[in-house]
Amino acid sequence: MKYKSQQVAYWFFALCMLLFALQVVYGFIMGFARIGMDGLHEFIPFHTARAVHTNLLVVWLLTGFMGAAYYIIPEEAQRELVSVKWAYVQLISLALVGVAAITGYHFNIWEGRKFLEIPRELDYLVVVNVLLFLGIILTTLFKGKRQTTTALVLCMGLVFAALLYLPGMIWFDSQVTDSFFRWWVVHLWVEGVWELIMGGILAFLLIKLTGVDREVIEKWLYVIVGLTFLSGILGTGHHYYYIGVNKIWLVVGGVFSALEPLAFLAMALFAVYMYRKGEKTHPNKIALFWTIGASIVSFIGAGLLGFAHTLPQTNIYTHGTLVTAMHGHYAFWGAYAMIVLAIISYAMPNITGRKKFDNFNGHLAFWLSNIGILGMVVALGVAGVVQVYLERRLGMEFMVAQEEVKIHFVVMLLCASMFATGVGLYIYEFFKFGRPTDEALAKHDEPELIAVS
Amino acid sequence: MLSKSQARAFFLGGTLVTFLAFIGLTVYSFMPSNDQSNHHLIDEQVIRGKHLWETNNCMGCHSLMGEGGYYAPELTKVVDRKGEPMIKAILQSPVIWAPNGRKMGPYEMSEEDSEAMVAFFKWVGQIDLNGFDRVVSPLAKDKANK
Repeated sequence: MKYKSQQVAYWFFALCMLLFALQVVYGFIMGFARIGMDGLHEFIPFHTARAVHTNLLVVWLLTGFMGAAYYIIPEEAQRELVSVKWAYVQLISLALVGVAAITGYHFNIWEGRKFLEIPRELDYLVVVNVLLFLGIILTTLFKGKRQTTTALVLCMGLVFAALLYLPGMIWFDSQVTDSFFRWWVVHLWVEGVWELIMGGILAFLLIKLTGVDREVIEKWLYVIVGLTFLSGILGTGHHYYYIGVNKIWLVVGGVFSALEPLAFLAMALFAVYMYRKGEKTHPNKIALFWTIGASIVSFIGAGLLGFAHTLPQTNIYTHGTLVTAMHGHYAFWGAYAMIVLAIISYAMPNITGRKKFDNFNGHLAFWLSNIGILGMVVALGVAGVVQVYLERRLGMEFMVAQEEVKIHFVVMLLCASMFATGVGLYIYEFFKFGRPTDEALAKHDEPELIAVS
Repeated sequence: MLSKSQARAFFLGGTLVTFLAFIGLTVYSFMPSNDQSNHHLIDEQVIRGKHLWETNNCMGCHSLMGEGGYYAPELTKVVDRKGEPMIKAILQSPVIWAPNGRKMGPYEMSEEDSEAMVAFFKWVGQIDLNGFDRVVSPLAKDKANK
């Protein structure tokens, strides 16, 4: 760690871990409800559990991105953060808004718009919070000694993410218009600007972990984010097939969303190629596993599984079924959860000064969580296909079909237990690192890369 | 071989072109001549129904036009399938509604609110969903064909 202010990132990462753990707990509540074990219904009905589960996902990922930015930007800009005090104010206010929103969901206080359930009053606080965050990060970057492509792409993603939050705050009388602009937020975040953030973090990690020349990595970063926007912006159309807008989206959405896997394929090839091209090796194997893993799993989860039901001819049957849940779980895990866990794994030894680079628990956490979620995704996929067949092809009633797919949720819960064990181990290892220490500053920024013979 | 400045030009150029196309298509979609939602039929009742739909987070369990929680039935054509009296009875129920095991809380809606919800569902049920309405609700289709 070169700059003392990078220690701020630790507290964002710590909040991330707590929110992630809570998200998994609410996931279990939903899973058990699906097999008929809904004893908590009176206190946490399904729609509360769902809103908490999905909103916690968004919040812990955003908290992770913010922590990543607080760690990466000082190092890229070669200066301390302009204000550590305001960064802590931002963290505490973010946590308070999150707690208020989640508490409200248990008392029927929400907007009830999928992924954007947070009440309007809290929306304004989110805007203030994000403006504060961007103010700190952008001022640091532009007052710094250099503005690298990696830092610019990361910041561009963060600024666009903030701007795209605004269309979700407009009230529309029409459910069609409401849904249309809700996707401006949700789709353009996860299949657009968040990929810029992912690309920025990935480029930073590859520069640090492989020793490949920055110019080479950043050139390909431009190509990847170019492919992302080229396909992703008009790919929004795959959400517009069947919500009551013009048929032109069947063509536009179909063509461009079919191209979306290219960006993820490029990202996977990019990461693997840079790793192989690297002539030096970094001792932080855990961070390397999460980094390369993120690029590969995001291609499978977001790219391939998304492609599997993105064409309108297929989507007419899968739209609004568990097939979407299957794709959603693996896409969010691969593209965003894993990259956040990667930057945390990379940053923690540098922030705390404890060089736990390559330990058994760390590897076990990686494999248990990855195998567990793969099992969950397969179970959800089978449930989704069965649902489509029974409900959409044979014309069974929704609840009759749901009864038939119950068994797949038992399998999913078993796999989720493995996943949760992996996640729990990761969180345990995180807190075992201890607190940030100034001693870490006195040491080298990070271990010397070792030449591969 | 591609240079870094060419890669940057590809990123900026591609983004600008697709963004402009996206804005153009958005404007095109909401031109009155392209309306498939019967926007002119949205009245105070429908708006009130939409507000109730959101403030009770119905989408957290049900889905509408294929969007929602996939935990409870899709409601795009619910008026065709269940009829107004049953929908109102469920919404006004003082006890948990759980005909197939999965529970829906007692919303105890007033007559006015439940009528607004029905008006909202009726409006949604008339939207041209590019064929999805026939797939998602075969029962409604059968009823329409009789």
